[in-house]
Amino acid sequence: METTKYLVVGSSHAALEALTAIRMHDTDGSLTMLTRDAHLPYSPTVLPYVVSGRSAPDTVFLRDEKFFARHQISLRRGTALKALHPARNTAELADGSQIAYEKILLATGASPAIPPIPGIAQVSYHVLRTLDDATKLNAAMKASKQAVVMGAGLVGMHAAENLVKAGAKVTIVEMAKQLTDGYFDATAAALIEKAFTDNGATILTGSRVVKLAPSSAFATPGATITLESGATLEADLLLVATGVRPNMDFLTGEGAAVERDKGILVGERMQTSVPNVFAAGDCAQAKSFYSDTKVMNAILPDAAEQGRIAGMAMAGDPGIKDYPGGIPVNTYHFFGRHAISVGSSKVPEGGEVVTRFDEASGRYLKVIFHEGRLTGIYGVNEFFDAGVMSQLILRRIDLSPVREHFLAEPMKSAREIMSLTWR
Amino acid sequence: MGAFNTIAFDANKCDGCGDCMTACATAKTGTTEISRSRLQIAGNAAEGFELALCRQCGDPKCVTVCPAGALGKDYASGVIDWNGDKCVDCLLCTVGCAYAGIALDEASGRVAKCDMCDGSPACVSACPHDALKLVTTSRIYNEVGDWEDLFAPGLAGCQGCNTELLMRHTLRRVGPDTVLATPPGCVPGMGSVGFNGTTGTKVPVFHPLLTNTAPMLAGVKRHYKRIGREVTALAIAGDGGASDVGFQSLSGAAERNEQILFMVVDNEGYMNTGMQRSSCTPYGAWTSTTPVGQGTGSGGLPSQGKTQDAKNLPLIMVNHRCEYVATASTAYMEDLYDKLDKAIAASKRGFAYLHVYSPCTTGWRFPTDQNMEVARKAVETNFVMLWEYTRAGGLRFTRPVDEPLPVTDYLKAMGRFRHLSEDQISHIQGKVVENLNFVKQMAHRA
Repeated sequence: METTKYLVVGSSHAALEALTAIRMHDTDGSLTMLTRDAHLPYSPTVLPYVVSGRSAPDTVFLRDEKFFARHQISLRRGTALKALHPARNTAELADGSQIAYEKILLATGASPAIPPIPGIAQVSYHVLRTLDDATKLNAAMKASKQAVVMGAGLVGMHAAENLVKAGAKVTIVEMAKQLTDGYFDATAAALIEKAFTDNGATILTGSRVVKLAPSSAFATPGATITLESGATLEADLLLVATGVRPNMDFLTGEGAAVERDKGILVGERMQTSVPNVFAAGDCAQAKSFYSDTKVMNAILPDAAEQGRIAGMAMAGDPGIKDYPGGIPVNTYHFFGRHAISVGSSKVPEGGEVVTRFDEASGRYLKVIFHEGRLTGIYGVNEFFDAGVMSQLILRRIDLSPVREHFLAEPMKSAREIMSLTWR
Repeated sequence: MGAFNTIAFDANKCDGCGDCMTACATAKTGTTEISRSRLQIAGNAAEGFELALCRQCGDPKCVTVCPAGALGKDYASGVIDWNGDKCVDCLLCTVGCAYAGIALDEASGRVAKCDMCDGSPACVSACPHDALKLVTTSRIYNEVGDWEDLFAPGLAGCQGCNTELLMRHTLRRVGPDTVLATPPGCVPGMGSVGFNGTTGTKVPVFHPLLTNTAPMLAGVKRHYKRIGREVTALAIAGDGGASDVGFQSLSGAAERNEQILFMVVDNEGYMNTGMQRSSCTPYGAWTSTTPVGQGTGSGGLPSQGKTQDAKNLPLIMVNHRCEYVATASTAYMEDLYDKLDKAIAASKRGFAYLHVYSPCTTGWRFPTDQNMEVARKAVETNFVMLWEYTRAGGLRFTRPVDEPLPVTDYLKAMGRFRHLSEDQISHIQGKVVENLNFVKQMAHRA
C-alpha cells in the first residue's frame, strides 16, 4: 500500500496553504495532494469570471506541475476520497486504491446544494462549483436568451450579471426577502437590486420554486419553473445556485467517528475529534470569532488561514498560533460598483448601528459598534481596506477616542490606527 | 536569495506635504490626484503622520487569497507583482492585506499597489524631508554572508556577548591576508588564540602582552612589508589593555604612524578576569573593584561604585592625528561597516584606530537578550557618540542624535547602575552634556 506522511485532500486555498505550511517546516516529509478534480489547483472564487469569459480557463491555475516537483509533492488528480479508516490511518480512494497516512487534512470543500424541488431530476440545469461547470455555463450562456437563476447569493448574482451582459433576459428567484442575504443588509441589497433591475434583470425575492418541468419551448433543453405564487417562468438556461453543502460523504462507516455538525467539527488547531485527522476550509466548522459556537464561515481568506494552521499543526511547527475564530468578510463587484462587508451583520446586545447613505452617489456605509469596538462594517461604493478593518475587529481595538473621525473617514482613520498599532 | 530593498518611512520627518503622493500619482497614473497614489499619507500635524504602503511581505497574504493567481512575489526583486490581465477585480487581496498596501483605485476601478518603480521609487526622490528612504535592506547580510568566516565555529563567549559578532564581522571584512594580535582580554579568552594547540582563527594570530600589543604588531607588519607581502595588521584589544597599561605603547605606535588597524572593544572594564574597573569604566558603575554597599569603601566607608569619570580614549587618539579614528557600536552595523572600510584603507597608509562600544551582559548585569538594546540606548542617550576623524575632514558625527533620550533610559537598562543616587544620576547626565558639547566643539572646529 502507498504510504505518505502527509495526505492533503482537496486542492483549493485551504489545501494549498496547508502544503506551504507543511513544507515551511518539513522540507522532505512525503506529501501527497489528492483531488477529485482533473485539473491543476484553482479557486472556486474565480469561476464566475471564467463564466463571463474574462478569465480563460487555462490561466486560472494557482500552481503548476513545476511547483509540485520543486516541493516534492505528489499530486493525484481526478481521484476522490471514498472513505476514511481513521483507526488504521488509511484513506480509501474512489479508484479502489488505499493510502496510509500519518496525518490527513480534509480540505474537500463544498458542492452545490440541490434543493429537493419536485421535477428537478427531470430538467437540465447548471451549477457552478468546478472549472468544468464554469466552461459549460460559459458555452451555454452565449446561446441563452431567457435565463433563470435560482438563488441570489454571490454565486447566483455573479452568474446573473454575466447572463445580463451576454444579452439574456434574466430572472433571479430568491427565497429570502432580500438578495445577497447573509452577505449584505437590506439597504445594500436594495442598491444591488437596483443595479440589476436598471440593467434589465427581474428579481423575485421572497419567492419559492415549487415545481420544475422540462420545457420544449427552446431549441436547447429548457425548463418550466413554477413559483409558489402560481406564476411560471420559461428558461432556456437554469442555474441552481441555492447554496452549498460541505463535502464529507466519505465520513461513513469507520470514518463516521469524525464528529460533524453542519460541517466537520474542528478545534483551534483544525484538529477533528479523531487523532491525526484535520479539516479546513469550506468543509470545516470552526470557532466563530464572536462566540464559542462553531460556525460555517465559507470564505476564501478564512479557508487560507485555516489551511495554514492545519498544515502547521500537522507538521508540528512550534510557531503555530490558535485560530482566533472566523469573521465573515465579503467583497462583491457588480456592474462597476462594489460592496464590501467585514464582520458580523448581527447587532450584539447593547450594540450601536450608525448608517450613512448618500442617494445621489449611491454611497452607503453601515458601522456596528459594541462597547466602543467595531464588530462589523459594510459599504457600497465606499471603499475601505477590508484587511485593516478585520484587524480592528480581531484585535478588539477601542475606537471610542476616534469615533467621529472613524465615521467620517473610515478608510483614512483605520489606516492611521493600523500604522500606529501594528506597523 | 538575498534580502530586498524597501521604502522606509520616518514619521518624525514627515510634515504631510504630500509631494510623495503627487509623485506617485504622476508616475503611475499620469495625473496629480493624490487619491490615486499607491502610497497614502494619513494622520495630521498634531498627532503625527502615518503611512499606508505595500510592505512587499515575505509571506504575502494578498497572494494567498487571490483566486485568480494575479499576484505573486518576484523572488529576484522582492516586489509583489500584480498582473492586470489575470486580475478579476474581486478585491479579495484588500481583505488579505492588513496594511492597506493594496487598495482600490476608484478612477480605474482596479486595485493598485506599489511596484517600487523598478528600484527607484518616485515617492522617495520627491520627498523633500528625507522622510521616505529607499533602504538597502540587509546590505551587510547580502554582501558579507558569502564571505568566509575566519573564526573557528564555537567560541567560548558568555551568553549574549556581542564581541563574537564583532570579531567575526571584522575578520570577514578584513579578509584572509591578515595578521591578528589579541592581547589578554575577552577576545583570546573566547578562543582567538585557540585551544589544545590549534588557533581559533583561520589567520595567523598571536597573543602579545597587555603592554606591548601595538609595537609587536607594528614589528610584524614591518617584517611583512620588508619581505614584500601585503597584509593587514589588526589588533583586537580590550579597553583595559588599550587605555591602561597598554596605553604608552599604543600612543607610541600612533605617534610613529605605524600601518596597523587597532580596534578596541570597549566593555568598560576587565570583564574577562572578573569585572575589575578600568580607566574606561564610567562614573558610578559597579565593578568588582568599585563595589557598592556599606563598609565596602576605604576605611569601611560606604561605597557607591566608581568615583571617577571614564577616560575618553578615542578623543585622546584623535590628538595623535592618526590616519583615521572612529567610534562605533554593534547596534549600528552599517555605520560600523563604513568605518571598518575606512579604517582598513587608512591602515595601509598609517595608524587607524576604531573604538567599538561593546556592552557586556555579564559585567554590566543585564539580560542576555538585551545587548543590542543596551548598545542602542547608549547612543540614543548620547552616553556614547558615534563619530569619525580624519586629518583632512576633522571630526564629524556619523549618527548625530537630535533628541537624545534621558540618560536614565540607558542607566536603567542594566544592573551595574542600579544603586545610583539622584546626585550620581545628575552627575552622569551632566557629564553626557559636557562630553557632547566638547565633541561638538571639536566637530565645529574641524
